[in-house]
Amino acid sequence: MKRLDTGGRIDRSKPLSVTFDGTALPAYHGDTLASAMLAGDTMVVGRSFKYHRPRGVYSAGVEEPGAMVHLRDGNRHEPNARATVVEAFDGLVSSGQNAWPNVRFDVGAVNGLFSPFLSAGFYYKTFIGPFKNTTKFWMMCEAFIRKAAGMGRGTYLEDPDHYEKRNAFCDVLVIGGGVAGLSAALAAGRSGAKVILAEQDFELGGAVLSEPIGGEDEAWVEAVLTELQSMENVRILTRTTAFGAYDGDVYGLVERVSDHLKAPENHQVRQRYWMVHAERSILATGAIERPLVFGGNDKPGVMLANAARTYLNRFAILPGESVVVCTNNDSAYETAAELARAGATVTLAEMRASVPSSLTHEATEAGVSILIGHAVLEARGKSRVASAVVVPIDASGQASGAPKTIPADLIATSGGWSPAVHLWSHLFGKPIYNEDAACFIPRSEENHKMQAAGTAMATTSLSETIEQGFDQGVKAAQATGHAKECGARPDHFMTGAYWQRGIEPIWAVVRTNGKCQGKAFVDFQHDVKISDIDQAHLEGYVSVEHLKRYTTTGMATDQGKLSNVNALARMSELRGMKIPEVGTTTFRPPFTPISMASLVGHEHGKHFRPTRLSPIHHWHVENGAKMTEAGAWMRPWYYAEAGEGLDEAYIREAAHVREHVGMVDVSTLGKIAIQGPDAAEFLNRMYVNGWKTLQVGRLRYGVMLREDGFVMDDGATARLGEHDYFMSTTTANAAKVLAFSEHLLQTAWKDLKVHVTTVTDQWAAIAVAGPKARDLLSNVFKGADLSREALPNNHFTYAKLDGVAVRIHRMSYSGELAYEVYIPSGYARAVWETLHEQGQKYRIKPYGTESMSTLRIEKGHVAGPELEGRTTMKDLGLEAFASSKKPFVGSVLRKRPVLEDPERPTLVGLEIDGATGAKSGSILFPKTGETKGHGDGWVSSTTYSPALGKNIALALLKNGSSRKGETVRVVNFIGNETLTAKVVSHHFFDPKGERQNA
Amino acid sequence: MIRIKCPICGLRNETEFTYGADATVKRPEMGEQEQQPWVDYVFNRDNPRGWHKEYWHHVQGCRQWVVLERNTLTHEIGECKLAREVEQ
Ligand SMILES: [Zn+2]
Repeated sequence: MKRLDTGGRIDRSKPLSVTFDGTALPAYHGDTLASAMLAGDTMVVGRSFKYHRPRGVYSAGVEEPGAMVHLRDGNRHEPNARATVVEAFDGLVSSGQNAWPNVRFDVGAVNGLFSPFLSAGFYYKTFIGPFKNTTKFWMMCEAFIRKAAGMGRGTYLEDPDHYEKRNAFCDVLVIGGGVAGLSAALAAGRSGAKVILAEQDFELGGAVLSEPIGGEDEAWVEAVLTELQSMENVRILTRTTAFGAYDGDVYGLVERVSDHLKAPENHQVRQRYWMVHAERSILATGAIERPLVFGGNDKPGVMLANAARTYLNRFAILPGESVVVCTNNDSAYETAAELARAGATVTLAEMRASVPSSLTHEATEAGVSILIGHAVLEARGKSRVASAVVVPIDASGQASGAPKTIPADLIATSGGWSPAVHLWSHLFGKPIYNEDAACFIPRSEENHKMQAAGTAMATTSLSETIEQGFDQGVKAAQATGHAKECGARPDHFMTGAYWQRGIEPIWAVVRTNGKCQGKAFVDFQHDVKISDIDQAHLEGYVSVEHLKRYTTTGMATDQGKLSNVNALARMSELRGMKIPEVGTTTFRPPFTPISMASLVGHEHGKHFRPTRLSPIHHWHVENGAKMTEAGAWMRPWYYAEAGEGLDEAYIREAAHVREHVGMVDVSTLGKIAIQGPDAAEFLNRMYVNGWKTLQVGRLRYGVMLREDGFVMDDGATARLGEHDYFMSTTTANAAKVLAFSEHLLQTAWKDLKVHVTTVTDQWAAIAVAGPKARDLLSNVFKGADLSREALPNNHFTYAKLDGVAVRIHRMSYSGELAYEVYIPSGYARAVWETLHEQGQKYRIKPYGTESMSTLRIEKGHVAGPELEGRTTMKDLGLEAFASSKKPFVGSVLRKRPVLEDPERPTLVGLEIDGATGAKSGSILFPKTGETKGHGDGWVSSTTYSPALGKNIALALLKNGSSRKGETVRVVNFIGNETLTAKVVSHHFFDPKGERQNA
Repeated sequence: MIRIKCPICGLRNETEFTYGADATVKRPEMGEQEQQPWVDYVFNRDNPRGWHKEYWHHVQGCRQWVVLERNTLTHEIGECKLAREVEQ
């Protein structure tokens, strides 16, 4: 390999510092990492997936299966970067992956010796047995697979860069900035349509970039580009990959804004995800050259013919001095001629039996020796190609004469081309096979909003590509209502040799016995050999989808861009069918790998979803609360005093409430204003209990069901005025209850004059509970009569504190004398602080969700762990709340026979034996017998009860109500622990409710 | 990604909406005491190939429920009306 003194699209005045495995590469501005590697004669750049075979640069584009490297270091480190598309920048650091100690000397290469183990279906066979009682064998295999499956290594460090998302709207999206795309964008742009042109490369021009510089094609590109750049309605995005096409005319694009820099500059993002809404799109994605299948076709030094041409013309590198070109089509002739002109000794093995002299003329003139009816049977050489074994072949690719060995440091192959139909396939499914051009192309249908143009449609000449691109641009402009004259087509009649005319579909070169000589690869990235396809066929895998999964061909990160058609061709040959009869697999997004970060944008960490904070939140944090997540909310879990852990703290807090008084922030409860003349009727339908008799100034506990008869939620609703109710829901179900209410009111209950509005954020709430609650509140809210007579349970009253109007509900969740104080959010912290300060003489302490839970479990109140969507009122002992006088949501379906089954698990209390409590989710079994299956029920909520001095739990137990006094086993299968417990009433503490009525 | 033309808010992104339910089933009258009509309403659904009517909720917009026509085969979006203006 050597860098040529002149030519190429590199800037020799701007040398860059680029390293691979610590070695400096001779790189210039305009290089890719791969071209710099080749310029530095770095041939082995990776190791293959299964056999750890040395791999070199195979292509010059996104299809690269071999040159996968670790890129950058520290927190910008990334694995599996394709060196062929990494733009060289000053300070670029890269290293080999999937190898130890390095890619040139890799201990893992010994895996090659295990190759019979790793043939087609290895994973399937290992996963499904039949290895009875052979867990050990499986574990060995697993360790082996994991070791072998080491692709790149990621980093655990946080990405320091920003990524952003952006929406864009246009009339015409042109995907691909080659000749077809430029032509299409020009037509659409001239019509006045809003155009976005996206090109994945950092330069526009597509295939023209691979041609010698200064040609007429390049002049054509420059002229069109100049005109496009002058149009305000055309946005040109380079370094931008359209990776997916979706429903609703949406396309996903990733713009690599700063990937070509050591670090983003000027506060720019690293990458930008564009969600483009386009009325029409033009697929001008070109085609990808296919490799040929022969022994050793994966060795460093074997390369796609057009890649060799690209390295020669675009990057000014002579990729080989002794070159064997092997082709079954016309497109490699220019490569051969240009390599010869650049000084290489070139032999062209033409696989076809005859070709016209018009084709061979130019190459022969340049000094290429052409062997008609010949092909490369094997690439030889240890870690890079040293020679090519060339044989005469028949029309099927089988050797028909004596082989000869030609010294070679580069074997450039062309097995034809595959149009990049991926995005079309995302929208419309399977492409169709074009026999003449031996490739899959999009179906052309008039009503499709995406139309393909250029070599993506297997055009046969540059002028046809220009014409097709322009015509599609005109059509798209017209379809989006832009009738302005598109002007003359910038025609150009240079005739390059395309592949489509006269291609002879010979896919593989085999010996006279029908087998390849040595390991011949179909999928280079996943190490799938042609013999693996044969084996899969022998084992009866006849569908392409099965073949793909069984052999894993096409399932690596390159998604089979090089391997799909060769695998299909082999399969169709084995089945004696034509390729279209065998069919193809469907392409899925993304077209090329994209970073997760680009999809995530800013929505990670605390920006992933909003964290909801109570208006009193900061007081909790400042006063030592350990916070816990409750849905989107942060809530105080417990307030640790000196030396306390969770257990000590919650037990102390719960005991303190029962002895003195405590305060807890319940602002997270859902709050819904229910207003209108039919509000009572609405509540009557929503809740199982009756609401028509509730007077103004009172509140009531209610239970709601889902339409299917299971319990949905519970909470209290207060009647503030004649047509004005204030509903509270559980923290978890607030959004669900509101949406469900809105649905019923806007569909089935349109006749009800009711308005529902969330007021969760407008109101904070503080529960004050304990024997001293009344004394404290009466002292703080002077003038409010909170006496037993004036304010019994389920009543509320208004009060003022320093001019702040609050509402005090008398109701108890803890079982103690308790009140809930509702405060406009903005004043909540002030009221909380006043209560806390004035409460000191009553020994008030704040308490968190853990002790709140202890208090409600002691009382046998249900909460989230019991209202979990699978329980009925009957299961939970709430049946008494249901009115029999009126229908309500779920009133009929709750009576389904299965839900009335007396055997259903019902709510019980458990007193757990021993010093440790039960774990939620433990399974209940009778005292004796096997502990298998689903058991008799499960534990839903557990706590240590300071009031009872023992560990208790709520549980759902089959026939629960008739099993009081029975001993059951409580089995925690995860912790492998079995406890015993006594079944009791779930009303553990103060069952008559005397304390709350004090 | 589809866009939905909310009769109140105009053409908006799908991300502002949540799918609710099949809009071709009719909720029985409140007084219906038989189980079968409720079972049909809650559980039994056709699985049409082609145009279909669905309830969507403009949950991050005007909070109106809409009846949206959607083609289950092509994912095309048709007419969108306020649920309260659609005869059930
Ligand atoms: Zn709306």
